[in-house]
Amino acid sequence: MKKILLKGNEAIALAALKGGVDAFFGYPITPQNEVPEYLSKYMKDAGKVFLQAESEVAAINMVYGASASGKRVLTSSSSPGIALKQEGITYLAGAELPCVIINVMRAGPGLGGIQPSQADYYQITRGGGNGDYHVLAYAPENLQETVNIIKASFDKADYYRNPVMIAVDGLIGQMMESVDLDSDIELKMIEKPWAASGKNGGNKRIITSLYLDPYELERHNLHLQEKYTEMKNNEQQVELINIDNAEFVIVAYGTMARICRSAILMLKEEGIHVGIIRPISIWPFPTKAFTTIDARLKGYLVCEMSHGQMIDDINLSVNGRKPVEFFGRAGGVIPEPIEVVDAIKKMKESLI
Amino acid sequence: MNDIIYQKTKGLTNQAMSYCPGCTHGIIHKLVAEVLEEMNLLNHTVGIASVGCSVMSYYYFDCDMIQASHGRACAVATGVKRTHPNNIVFTYQGDGDLASIGIAETIHAANRGENITVIFINNGIYGMTGGQMAPTTLLGKKTTTSPYGRNIEDHGMPIKIAEMFATIPKVAYLERLSVGTPQKVKKAKKSIEKAIRYQQEGKGFTMLEFLSTCPVNWGLTPIEAIKYAEKEMTEYYPLGVFKDVDQDA
Repeated sequence: MKKILLKGNEAIALAALKGGVDAFFGYPITPQNEVPEYLSKYMKDAGKVFLQAESEVAAINMVYGASASGKRVLTSSSSPGIALKQEGITYLAGAELPCVIINVMRAGPGLGGIQPSQADYYQITRGGGNGDYHVLAYAPENLQETVNIIKASFDKADYYRNPVMIAVDGLIGQMMESVDLDSDIELKMIEKPWAASGKNGGNKRIITSLYLDPYELERHNLHLQEKYTEMKNNEQQVELINIDNAEFVIVAYGTMARICRSAILMLKEEGIHVGIIRPISIWPFPTKAFTTIDARLKGYLVCEMSHGQMIDDINLSVNGRKPVEFFGRAGGVIPEPIEVVDAIKKMKESLI
Repeated sequence: MNDIIYQKTKGLTNQAMSYCPGCTHGIIHKLVAEVLEEMNLLNHTVGIASVGCSVMSYYYFDCDMIQASHGRACAVATGVKRTHPNNIVFTYQGDGDLASIGIAETIHAANRGENITVIFINNGIYGMTGGQMAPTTLLGKKTTTSPYGRNIEDHGMPIKIAEMFATIPKVAYLERLSVGTPQKVKKAKKSIEKAIRYQQEGKGFTMLEFLSTCPVNWGLTPIEAIKYAEKEMTEYYPLGVFKDVDQDA
């Protein structure tokens, strides 16, 4: 239970080592560079593989190869780099290959900027790659939670044979907090009889996402959908903050949720009771949380460091039962709590 | 009387191949598979299939196989080999896959000296998609996307992969081959053996460029196609060893 002070990106690297990572493939991009820098220093000595690829495209395909042959593999990037990896991610999902992908999000579109942002919610939860696929995606709000999720994510990836993405923004990657790296998570190293690493006297293994027969491909898709249904049933993670007696509920994740924590304290001093639904898994989205909310609730305010992407999932979850409004800043601007306070007050006035 | 004098290699499965008559993919598959069988490596090999006519080569080779996305076979092979250095890892790629969309992955795998073997099939055209121009298409050649013939002004010169890769220091073995005559087929097999042996010995990146045929998209009969590969293609793409660390040393 020893806590040490760590920078976010270094905590990510250490958590991956604790999670049993065998190999890392990545390409430099701000603001995640400390992840590969840290791993480049320690992985080789630990008998693991670290390789800086020639591009994000190559990196995700190295991940594909190492995963296809049975190893625990990590890659790390940031928004424009994740865009480049999307082709590889759909191939990983299609070929049912596990891996862990870190996304230290920055502002877009295009080259955008290097400041923190949440404008890649669609990219992560809707997928930039082709076809009906999903990645299991988490958006932690602090370093301890980030570490815990990363450590457990290799097991999740192996269990579902599917990529897992952990999305933090640049602020979480760059900030320092105290972390207990040995938090209590028991790793389950499952066998991978499907892995292509030489027949060794057994049957030949094929790793592919190609099915030219449409009926066979539909069957494969239905199998994938069964996994996604299992994820939706079992992997929704959410924190409910001050929900009892809340008049309004804010929905926010990651850094934005932390800002909202300050905002609801300020609102409480003014006698306005506001709770927070904080999605920890963003795919599957914690829809179940919305069905348990008090009927006295006046409405939801969705807060994002974007111009509104997660709000689609709140609208789908609330389904018109309550008003849903939005507050967001984008381009790498980090909102002040007072802006959230004002947004709640404005919403309260408009609903009277 | 009943002695078996020739039979299909155990390195190939019984799956019927999807290749057209007169295409040399089948010969090259057979040679690679025979070498893996004869070197007793079928249990320890991981092959990387690419995108193109050989996209389903994973059905044909009787070893563990991984299907890569278009152009990324050398990156996938890198991921396998780095984490499984004791396996034999080969890629099987056409000229669209390797010389066009996958040129970056291939150059960097070579430059790092990845200890893998690349089987590169150059028929100067995109076969599977229906005969479009490739970076390797010869000057003047009409394709579905160069209907007036390839020309320098619009398309540049056909890219010479073997010559280009010979300049990379960590390439251990590099040869351009043909399977247009029985003698050349025999020679090609020896070269595949050598490349795989170099990989076993950890010598680094090995690549064999095969001049191949595409009678359907070239609009030639199989015999005419072989003649075209032996004459026109070989004139522009000379056969020979471009790099051999053992010879150079």
